Amino acid sequence: MSDERTEFDVLVVGGGPAGMAAATVAAECGVQVAIVDDNRALGGQIWRESSRGGQHEERNHWEARLRARQVQLLCGYRVVDQPEAGVLLAESGEKYRELRWQRLIVATGARERFLPFPGWTLPNVMGAGGLQAMVKCGLPIRGKRVVVAGTGPLLLAVAAYLGKQGAAVVLVSEQASWGRLARFAAELARFPQKLWQGLGLRRELAGVRFAANSWPLEAHGDSRLEAVTVSAAGKPANIACDYLACGFHLLPNVELPLLLGCQLDGDYVRVDEWQQTTVEGVYCAGEPTGIGGVELALVEGQIAGWSAAGKVGEARRLFPARARAQRFRRLLDRTFALRPELKRLPHPDTFVCRCEDVPYSRLRPHASWRAAKLHTRCGMGPCQGRVCGPATEFLLDWKAESVRPPIFPARVMNLARHHGEKQQPGEGLEPELET
Amino acid sequence: MPSEITLRVNGEPVSVPRGATVAVALAIRGQPCRKSVTGEVRGPLCGMGICFECRVSIDGVPHCRSCQIACQPGMDVRTDE
Repeated sequence: MSDERTEFDVLVVGGGPAGMAAATVAAECGVQVAIVDDNRALGGQIWRESSRGGQHEERNHWEARLRARQVQLLCGYRVVDQPEAGVLLAESGEKYRELRWQRLIVATGARERFLPFPGWTLPNVMGAGGLQAMVKCGLPIRGKRVVVAGTGPLLLAVAAYLGKQGAAVVLVSEQASWGRLARFAAELARFPQKLWQGLGLRRELAGVRFAANSWPLEAHGDSRLEAVTVSAAGKPANIACDYLACGFHLLPNVELPLLLGCQLDGDYVRVDEWQQTTVEGVYCAGEPTGIGGVELALVEGQIAGWSAAGKVGEARRLFPARARAQRFRRLLDRTFALRPELKRLPHPDTFVCRCEDVPYSRLRPHASWRAAKLHTRCGMGPCQGRVCGPATEFLLDWKAESVRPPIFPARVMNLARHHGEKQQPGEGLEPELET
Repeated sequence: MPSEITLRVNGEPVSVPRGATVAVALAIRGQPCRKSVTGEVRGPLCGMGICFECRVSIDGVPHCRSCQIACQPGMDVRTDE
């Protein structure tokens, strides 16, 4: 068991595009930098490596630069707590690290938004990015029938990827209206790089049925998915499939910034022009400051990295690029906003909280997230409300006000250790999960 | 190095491509990951370590997120019965 204490000039949480860019430019200024990330490898979700091969050129570029500067990599470690100011606690299985920092860059990325509908808890109903990640990790998909549903540009990217891997993509069901999508397509002309990506996808998706104004109504199956009913052109249609890949755009991972006391603007972490949060010395870059995709994440990451290393001149040179990429972010928000009909997706007996199996009918009588937690255990399971919290925010207009440490289930032994140097491990503390 | 590795899922041998996660090994066997508190069978949802639906026991350690852990030769994976 290694429990080294380690101290860094700049600590970056998250090894996706924003974190890699931030760590690289900071390290190139000569300061000591580390990246800590829950995943097994760098790249985050968007540049996740595939066990089937295939490389991301851009990812390799950043990885080569950060390895040249000997950025310390702590992959497979997730940050669970801040036991005192300037210190983060990270664990990997039974291993534990205390990470001390002078400057912290939060680049925790985004996750998919899930909405409950009847049958969504069946095995083989997954997130869109979720299924793609599983396929990249070796899930055999050749010849499997897949319905891709929900909203956001990720749906097309996932459909194209799965098709390339040999899946039979039966339908892409997008809840946004044709009108919104047409405006989105017209606006893309202002973002040449995005337009090319879009046209590339269109080629790859030739022959795949695409429905706008469409969403899943119910997933069917006994112990696993067999079919899905979607609403398309105002009518329900039943489609046999092996997988339903369903995500409703992305949500920022703001649990760590909230734990650190950073203020939000709406859903996103508030930052100044240097990407500094409302907490001195804590910077934030990428999706937690707004869902803007990889270009914005790379620019914000570099600005945060330069700023954290004290090179404000270099940071300032990237302001125009950031302003351009932020316009794309606002376009995404407008295009893929959820339509109100989706509030009618869950039936009274549909589980909204999957950890504690709390049905929609038990939530509706309550006035707030807090009241529902106290009375129904909604959000009290191991995901700590990461799935059902955003769902109830959309369905019932609730807002989860705060986070509680540890921000992921952690071993009691590890949590006790920071405070318990005097205390011998094993004295009544079993290394079990606290859920 | 062999391109496949073999581990055990509920005592039965399963071969997976090197680099595959434990969640993938379970999917190849058609084996759900856990039973929910009301007894529903569940499989992975998010694929990125957030939702905890893919929890299993690995080599005696409970509550491991199978989507975040690479298969190792001889690993002993147990799901809820």
